[in-house]
Amino acid sequence: MVLKGADILVRSLIDQGCEVVFGYPGGSVIDIYDSLYRYQDEITHILTSHEQHAAHAADGYARATGKVGVCIATSGPGCTNLVTGIATAFLDSVPLVAITGNVATANIGTDGFQEIDITGITLPITKHNYFVSDISELADVVREAFEIASSDRPGPVLVDIAKDVQVDRYDYQRRNPVVPDPREAAGDEGLAQAATIINNAKRPFIYVGGGALASEATKEVIALSEAIDAPIGNSLMATSLIPSDTPRFLGLEGMHGHYSSTMAIKEADCIIALGARFNDRSTGDRTKFARKAKVVRIDIDESELSKTVSGKVDLHGDVKLTLQRLYPLIKPQERPDWAARIAELKEFEAENADVREGMTPKNVMLAVNEHLEPEMTVTTDVGQHQMWAAQYLRFARPRTFLTSGGLGTMGFGMGAAIGAHFGTNKRSVLVIGDGGFAMCLNDLATAVTNKVPLTVILLNNSVLGMVRQWQRLFYEERFSNTTLDKRVTDYVALAKAFGAGAQRVTTTDELGPALEEAFASDTPYLVECVIDKDELVMPMLPPGGTLDDIIVRLGD
Amino acid sequence: MISMNRYTLAILVRNQFGVLNRVTSMFRRRRFNINCLTVSETEDTAYSRITVLFEGDDNHKRQLVSQLYKLPDVVSVREFEREETVSSELLLIKMANVHDDREEILDAANAFDAQIMDYSRESIVMQMTGESRRIDDFIELMRDFEILEICRTGVVSLERGSSVMRNVTKL
Repeated sequence: MVLKGADILVRSLIDQGCEVVFGYPGGSVIDIYDSLYRYQDEITHILTSHEQHAAHAADGYARATGKVGVCIATSGPGCTNLVTGIATAFLDSVPLVAITGNVATANIGTDGFQEIDITGITLPITKHNYFVSDISELADVVREAFEIASSDRPGPVLVDIAKDVQVDRYDYQRRNPVVPDPREAAGDEGLAQAATIINNAKRPFIYVGGGALASEATKEVIALSEAIDAPIGNSLMATSLIPSDTPRFLGLEGMHGHYSSTMAIKEADCIIALGARFNDRSTGDRTKFARKAKVVRIDIDESELSKTVSGKVDLHGDVKLTLQRLYPLIKPQERPDWAARIAELKEFEAENADVREGMTPKNVMLAVNEHLEPEMTVTTDVGQHQMWAAQYLRFARPRTFLTSGGLGTMGFGMGAAIGAHFGTNKRSVLVIGDGGFAMCLNDLATAVTNKVPLTVILLNNSVLGMVRQWQRLFYEERFSNTTLDKRVTDYVALAKAFGAGAQRVTTTDELGPALEEAFASDTPYLVECVIDKDELVMPMLPPGGTLDDIIVRLGD
Repeated sequence: MISMNRYTLAILVRNQFGVLNRVTSMFRRRRFNINCLTVSETEDTAYSRITVLFEGDDNHKRQLVSQLYKLPDVVSVREFEREETVSSELLLIKMANVHDDREEILDAANAFDAQIMDYSRESIVMQMTGESRRIDDFIELMRDFEILEICRTGVVSLERGSSVMRNVTKL
């Protein structure tokens, strides 16, 4: 059938199985919005307050579901506002398709009104991008965009469509959704050697990253851990992959990781790295990281295998499928000495745990745990609260902790929480600081408008806490531009102005009832938790230090 | 121990708008040190061929090749070993035409099979094709005299024998 270009785009999205898109209209996408109006029974559009939140919402939708998230923005400022969101998805390997309109083909390159070279701008932060100036290519480009976004190591793809292409008419043939190329297990090469290294190891450690989450390898990782009696630690990106109550699970490793997890990877003689890219936040000084350990790596992205830490054995393939091939070669055995050492590390961690009473970040997180249910999605922003959430919140299912790990994008949390809800139809819980909240609070309007069951836990310490922590520890307490206490923002009044419920909590006595009410609310509800400005995220590896330099408590 | 080697890679890419930009953008972002790069259409207009010469260690090369394969427009990448490859580039060199030097310049040109493309009272323009090392040697000889300008195309390479790149999908 012959359709307008904008209709071809929207029909292609629908035919790819896309049910919801996030975006913001404008002059160069007005035809696309006209088509969204026409097909509103088949595809829902969520209007955000800002294009950046639309990108984060599509990202949150994708992270929560594993499906491709879609956002739409107009030319010029519309699409430049997407850039931070696209980069966030790129660094965390999230399947995202960003649709942008551009000026008519004849005006491209003339600096017309709201014209910008968005394919040029996004070249280094997309897996691939397209400028569509020929309507005959449009439907295939959309299909290919979905395929590339979701194949192998997922990532964002941008499709920029000239205005005249949206208006022109062309034949459209419906096609079934693109099924991404099936991921493959690693071949035989190295498999036996990997098994030998693991079988001969005295102190094996399983280190899971975002790739293990994307591969949905929960069962396989736990089976390996049980077979070889090895502890599991995760990078920030793999939080929620392994249920918190799993035996041998030590939790977050790295700069702000659990002591036992960080020490165990240091003492390991064999590190089994699954879809983890040894980011500097995980390793500290890379040249001194795990020098004595044999590293067995599995990664879907071949380039990761040689990028930072060199592995003893590199297996190029999907984590889940490769583990299934590796498993029969593994000799199940108990490693009592190693287990005893892990128990010691955990004991040390427990002895040094923060046991203070009152409104400490840990106590707030533990109170939130009382209300978290397995199907709820937690999103965070970036900073101290992000680390406290990763350290103390407990998860039962994969894809229930969404955070900007790679790019570290403040302002990510609100959009992601809204997007996650549209993917899961369940409650989203946003843990956020007062700094990041100021970057995305305008999207409370979107949450309220759409009656999103959103619980906002605002940790208000009146400072930009993570930078302040560094200033305190490494910059002789020169607190340059990190103190927000002159701001007189009334967060409760502000939330109410948007139409959300809200309460301010200053004592633990108030905390329980406030959370009770927030988690019972079917619409957005904000709990402002006032905490001290000098709370620190501990443990900490000092920047540039090694795993030996771990600071467990200040004063140590 | 890091041992620096010189590698020649041929990259077959989809002949599309901006594909050279994608490849060089990746080189820039990942900080690969490229000595020389040439690009042209191939026997099939659907594809272009990029020849890249770069210096690095084996790990750099692995990284470069796997990063290249992440670009959807890259069809295949091939590393060329010197002994299995025919490589050539073209040099244009403009020398000052000075009476005392003229004879030696022309003798050298003769020895290197360089052709005289332009001859005037003030200058001599010569063209030479061949392997990069021969061209380097010729330029080195010419440094004894007054070089006015040099321009070289960069190397292009084909594998000896009947194998063709578009049939290779993986290094």
